[in-house]
Amino acid sequence: MSALVKFVDMHKSFGDLEILKGVTFSVERGEVVAIIGQSGSGKSTALRCMDRLETIQGGELWVCGHALHRDDVDLKALRRDVGIVFQSYNLFPHLTAEQNVALAPRLVASKSHAEASDIAQAVLSKVGLAEKRAAYPEQLSGGQQQRVAIARSLAMQPKLMLFDEVTSALDPKLTGEVLRVMERLAADGMTMILVTHEMQFARNVADRVVYMRDGRIHEMGGPEILIKPQTPELADFITHEQ
Amino acid sequence: MQPQFLLSLLDGVLGTIVLSVLTFICGGLAGFVVALARISPLRSVSFAAIAYIQVFQGIPLLVQMGLAYFGPILLGFESVPPLAAAALAMSVFASAYLGQIWYGCLISVAKPQWEAAECLGLTRWQRMTRVVLPQAMRIATPPTVGFLVIIVKNTSVSSLVVGYQELTYNAKVINNATFEPFLYFGLAGIFYFLICYPLSVQSRALERKFNVGTR
Amino acid sequence: MAYEFDFQSVLAYAPMFLQGAWTTLILTFWATLAGFVLGTLCAVARTGGPRWLRLLVGGYVEVIRNTPLLIQAYFLIFGLASIGARMPIMLGVVIAMVVNIGSYTTEVMRAGIESIKRGQIEAAECLGLSRAQIFLHVVLRPAMERVYPSLVSLYVLLMLGSSVLSAVGVEELFGVSNRVQSVTYRNFEVFIVLGVIYLAMTLVLRGVFWALGQLIFPRRRRLGTAL
Ligand SMILES: Nc1ncnc2c1ncn2[C@@H]1O[C@H](COP(=O)(O)OP(=O)(O)OP(=O)(O)O)[C@@H](O)[C@H]1O
Ligand SMILES: [Mg+2]
Repeated sequence: MSALVKFVDMHKSFGDLEILKGVTFSVERGEVVAIIGQSGSGKSTALRCMDRLETIQGGELWVCGHALHRDDVDLKALRRDVGIVFQSYNLFPHLTAEQNVALAPRLVASKSHAEASDIAQAVLSKVGLAEKRAAYPEQLSGGQQQRVAIARSLAMQPKLMLFDEVTSALDPKLTGEVLRVMERLAADGMTMILVTHEMQFARNVADRVVYMRDGRIHEMGGPEILIKPQTPELADFITHEQ
Repeated sequence: MQPQFLLSLLDGVLGTIVLSVLTFICGGLAGFVVALARISPLRSVSFAAIAYIQVFQGIPLLVQMGLAYFGPILLGFESVPPLAAAALAMSVFASAYLGQIWYGCLISVAKPQWEAAECLGLTRWQRMTRVVLPQAMRIATPPTVGFLVIIVKNTSVSSLVVGYQELTYNAKVINNATFEPFLYFGLAGIFYFLICYPLSVQSRALERKFNVGTR
Repeated sequence: MAYEFDFQSVLAYAPMFLQGAWTTLILTFWATLAGFVLGTLCAVARTGGPRWLRLLVGGYVEVIRNTPLLIQAYFLIFGLASIGARMPIMLGVVIAMVVNIGSYTTEVMRAGIESIKRGQIEAAECLGLSRAQIFLHVVLRPAMERVYPSLVSLYVLLMLGSSVLSAVGVEELFGVSNRVQSVTYRNFEVFIVLGVIYLAMTLVLRGVFWALGQLIFPRRRRLGTAL
């Protein structure tokens, strides 16, 4: 079975500054991979490359069959295959929760108003917000907004979901409700790559943990490496995160 | 182009500047009173300020010119010099807008600072003069400079009804004699631009500087 | 001796005032509509266009914003007439108003467009929306909602400012009042009446814009707050 995501000695620089210095790893269909690492180690950049928000400078990067190291990427197709959720929810403030979710089905997948609205209601109930469909973003808590953002990505039925520190802006109680949604997604078999600082969560849901350090993968393995790290750097990182 | 026409335009520029300066001084003083009235704790006073602002922002400057020109005659004046009528109308007009602008500045400073100053045990007068005003003046500077541009542009309205001889008036007179509208109105436009553009640039620069300062 | 007010003889010309007020509103309507379109296009050009276009629009905005409407109207209307380009006075006046208000709209809409955060556009890109869709649904709509109060102020000011265009011979509200003054000699009363009518028109215009805002911005209608 072929990998859904495949990095082959991938390099990424901003100008002269090399941020990712040769990253190699792959993610199988249905896998949940947690990326951890110090601030500035290039986690977000790696994630953004996977949705082609950044172009790469060297090596290969395959995502859902799209060759992102080439120039002729079909962006529209890529973005139907990949969903991404950011730390700042980025909901559209002038649209209700339902309209936020229905926007892409309507405009990108050319669904009718009624169909798009049905899809929106279905994914909103999936994230436990069926009754908030008519609320505007500012009327929702941070956790609820983040769940709408997840629903908005899910509405396009992506094959791969990317999460970039989606709970960092939330207090512990609201963090819990977002993590539960992600846990359920993982249980449903969604392929997920998540950058996170929640070690407990990574240990519980991740099939694999990637520890990034200074633009490289420093250590990678099953969730048990969070308990028994092989390198002193990861051990050090884990003690400091707790 | 004959030199006398250029001189006449420059004479008009002078008239425009004189009226603008008069307007800024008188309108500024009146506007300050309006702003203070607007934040007054006395409801009747602040309501009067609101009404003043709404009325004079709700009717055209040109109509205010007419009222300023013909009104004093009712009070027994023989006739009103055009400059006086124009300055009166412009000052009322400017005071309504400056009052509004400065009220906004006072409020934005007063709200957060008021309580802090109250805790320090300052009197209302001290709070106003030592805490609120200095800060409000700082943030009021960019929009006030920006409003100067509006004052200069609006002096052109005084060429109508009251017939004050400023730049637009003189350009019109010259055009009536020469029938070269592109040339003379173009020149007049350039003169207005030369006065207003530096002010606009200055206003934006101040705004940027201030924004950086508060960040 | 106290002045005797005589509104009677002025109000005898009520139909003329109403006709003039209607003309003012018509002028304002077309100028607002066309000026909004022009200003929005210029704002787009100024925020995302090629360098030469940005400079061109920037020049247009600066020239218009730093010269009086009256001079612009004289230049345009008398100027065009002087080279033999004849057109109906109403059309000439609307063109002058559009050129004028377009520049102010450009600046306001530009501020609105620039207030949209980068993350919003990125989120829309990731959902697969095309550039045009992003601009329309994620940039323009909320930008307009955000600057709507400023736009309304601009267009009310335009209505009031159009009074000076009586000087190029258009028979709008102020223009007809000149005629009433010359027959009744009741100058002051005419100006009082004018003031009242303009004030009423300001209120009506604000009301109409408020209702329009409620209609086109559902969020505003529901929450009653600015975006
Ligand atoms: N657009 C950009 N231009 C220049 N440098 C950038 C850009 N984006 C990111 N960087 C730099 O790349 C490095 C890695 O950034 P990245 O956001 O990927 O880190 P991160 O691991 O996600 O950190 P954090 O945990 O703080 O989110 C940082 O040093 C950052 O300053
Ligand atoms: Mg990051």
